[in-house]
Amino acid sequence: MEAKLGESMIRAVGLRKRFGDFEAVRGIDVDVRRGESFGFLGPNGAGKSSTMRMVAAVSPVTEGELRILGMDPATDGPAIRARIGVCPQDDTVDTELSVRENLYIYGRYFGLPRKEVRARVDELLEFVQLTEKANAVVDDLSGGMKRRLTIARSLVNRPEILLLDEPTTGLDPQARHVVWERLFALKQQGVTLVLTTHYMDEAEQLTDRLVVMDKGLIVAEGSPLSLIAEHSTREVAELRFPVPPEGGSHAPMAAQVEDLADRVEVLPDRLLLYTDDGEECVAKVHERGLEPAATLVRRSSLEDVFLRLTGRTLVD
Amino acid sequence: MTDTTSPAPTAPTAPTAPTSVWAGAWRLADYWAMVYRRTWKASVVSSFVTPLLYVLAMGVLLGGFIDGDPARLEGATSYLAFVVPGMLAAQTMTSVVGECTYPVMSAVKWHKTYFAMTTSPLSVPEVILANLGFVLARVALASVVFLAVTACFGVYVSWWGVLAALPVQLLLGLAFAAPVYAFTAGLMNETAFSLVFRLGMIPMFLFSGAFFPVANLDAPLEAVARATPLWHGVDLTRMLVLGELDPTTALVHVVYLAALAGLGWWWAVRRLTRRMVV
Ligand SMILES: Nc1ncnc2c1ncn2[C@@H]1O[C@H](COP(=O)(O)OP(=O)(O)OP(=O)(O)O)[C@@H](O)[C@H]1O
Ligand SMILES: [Mg+2]
Repeated sequence: MEAKLGESMIRAVGLRKRFGDFEAVRGIDVDVRRGESFGFLGPNGAGKSSTMRMVAAVSPVTEGELRILGMDPATDGPAIRARIGVCPQDDTVDTELSVRENLYIYGRYFGLPRKEVRARVDELLEFVQLTEKANAVVDDLSGGMKRRLTIARSLVNRPEILLLDEPTTGLDPQARHVVWERLFALKQQGVTLVLTTHYMDEAEQLTDRLVVMDKGLIVAEGSPLSLIAEHSTREVAELRFPVPPEGGSHAPMAAQVEDLADRVEVLPDRLLLYTDDGEECVAKVHERGLEPAATLVRRSSLEDVFLRLTGRTLVD
Repeated sequence: MTDTTSPAPTAPTAPTAPTSVWAGAWRLADYWAMVYRRTWKASVVSSFVTPLLYVLAMGVLLGGFIDGDPARLEGATSYLAFVVPGMLAAQTMTSVVGECTYPVMSAVKWHKTYFAMTTSPLSVPEVILANLGFVLARVALASVVFLAVTACFGVYVSWWGVLAALPVQLLLGLAFAAPVYAFTAGLMNETAFSLVFRLGMIPMFLFSGAFFPVANLDAPLEAVARATPLWHGVDLTRMLVLGELDPTTALVHVVYLAALAGLGWWWAVRRLTRRMVV
C-alpha cells in the first residue's frame, strides 16, 4: 500500500475531546497532506496538546472521526504508532539512562533488530549533534540537548509523520535555531511535520499551513502569509507614550487618530495603528500635533494575527 | 563504477505493531536488562544475603533451642528444615512487594518511563507484562541462589520437591506482584504504601506460618492466617521440599494463588489503562 503524493495523512472531522465535564477540543476539522508542514498555534489551554495526543493514538477520541494514515486510532493504535514519531510537550526520556541507551531501547520497542537499531542510533546522534554526548546520562544534559534527544528518539522508526508538541519551548535562541534547522532538514526529506507552538516566528519559519486554535476551536486557517493578509494589515505603526497615571488611559488619544488606520489598539504604554502604510500614518499623526515619545513602523506579523484572534487577556 | 558482486544494501526493517501481548512484552526485555545491569549491585544484599542471615539467625541459632519434633513441625525433623522453606516463600513476598510499589510509582508518576513506552507501538498490557516478567525473573534468581545455598545445610528431603519449589515461587510471586502492582498503578501518591507494608506484608511475614506452624495460633487467628496468600505459598513450598506432598491440599494452594494472580492481572490492566489512557 504505497502512499501517493498529496494523500491525506491526518484527517479529523468534528473531532472532540472531553475530560469529564470539561471539553478541551470542541469539534475541529483538520486535513494534513503528505509532505506538508502543518502547525497548531494557540494560547495556553487552547487544546493543542489534547489534539496532538489523539493524533498520536495515545488518547482516545471522545467524538468525531479521526484517521491517521488511513487508520482508525481506536482499533489500529499500535499500527499507527509504529509509523509515526512523537515528540511530546514534556520530555519523557529516561533520565537515568545514557543518551545512547535511550535511543537504543526505544528503537527496540518498534520491533527493529538490535544491529539495525545500533546503526540507526549512530546516525541519529550525528543528525542531532549529540555524538559527543552519547554516553552521558540524560540528567546531565542541558534543556536543548534533551529536546534534541527527544527529537532523535522520535525518528528512530523513520516515521512518515512527525508530531512535535512545542518543540522549542524553553530553549535559548541558539538551541531553537539548531532544532529549526534539523526540522527543516526533515521537511526536505519529505517527512510530514505537525507541530504546535506559541512562537509566531516558529510557525512562520516552519509551517506551510496552520490553524489558530482558541478554547478548543479552530478560529482561523491558512498559510502564515494569507493569515496576515486576512486578519491584519501590511504594516503596524507603534506610537509609544508614557504610561498614564492611575485610572487614565490613552483612549482619548486613540480617538484623535482613529480615522488614520484600519484599526487602532490601545495598550498601557502605546497605541498600535494597523495600516498599509506605516510611515505615512506616522507623518499624519505628527501633523495632528501628537508627540509620541517614540514611533516604530514594522511589518505585521503572525503575532498580530494571533493576538487579534485570541485576545490579549490571559486565559488561565 | 559499480561493484556488481557486492550484495544490495539490505532494506531497512519496517517498524511494526507487535503480533501478541507476549511479543510486545518481549520488546521491552532489553530495557529491563538495562535496568537490572544498572541496579543489581544495590539489590544484591537484600535479594541474596538478607534471607540467608535470617536462616542463620532463626534457623540455626534460634532453632538450636527448639526440639526437632516432626509431629509439631509439620513433618520437619529440625526447626531449620521447617523454617527454610518458610523463609523462601516469605522472601518471595517481600521482594515482589518492594518491586511493585516505589519502582512502579516512579514509572507511572515520577519518571514517567511508561509514557515513553506507550507512545511506541506498545500498549498498557505489554508494559505490565514486561514489568511483572522482570519482577519474576528476579524472584527466580533469588530463589535459585537461596535454594542452592540452603541445600548445603542438608535440610531438603525431596530433590523433586526442591525443583518444584522454584515454579511455586514464581506463582506465589505473581499472586503478590499482580494485585500490588494494580494497587500502585492507580495511586496518586505513595502514602498508602505504608499501609501495604505495615498492615499487609509485615503481619503476613510474621504470622502466616513462615516461622511457626499456624496451628499454634488461636482458632480464629489460625483461620485468618490460613486465608492469607503467604500461608498458601509457605505451606505449598514446605510440603514440596519436605517431601510431604498432599495432592489435594497442593491443588487448593495452586488454584488459590493462580486465582489471585489472575484477578490481580485483570485489575492491573484496568487501573493502569484508566490512569494512562485519558
Ligand atoms: N488529563 C486531563 N484531565 C483534565 N483536563 C485536562 C487534561 N488534559 C488537559 N486538560 C485541560 O484541557 C485544556 C486544554 O489542554 P491542552 O493541554 O490541550 O492545551 P494546550 O493548548 O496544549 O496548552 P499549552 O499551550 O499550555 O500546552 C486545559 O484547560 C487543560 O487543563
Ligand atoms: Mg500543550
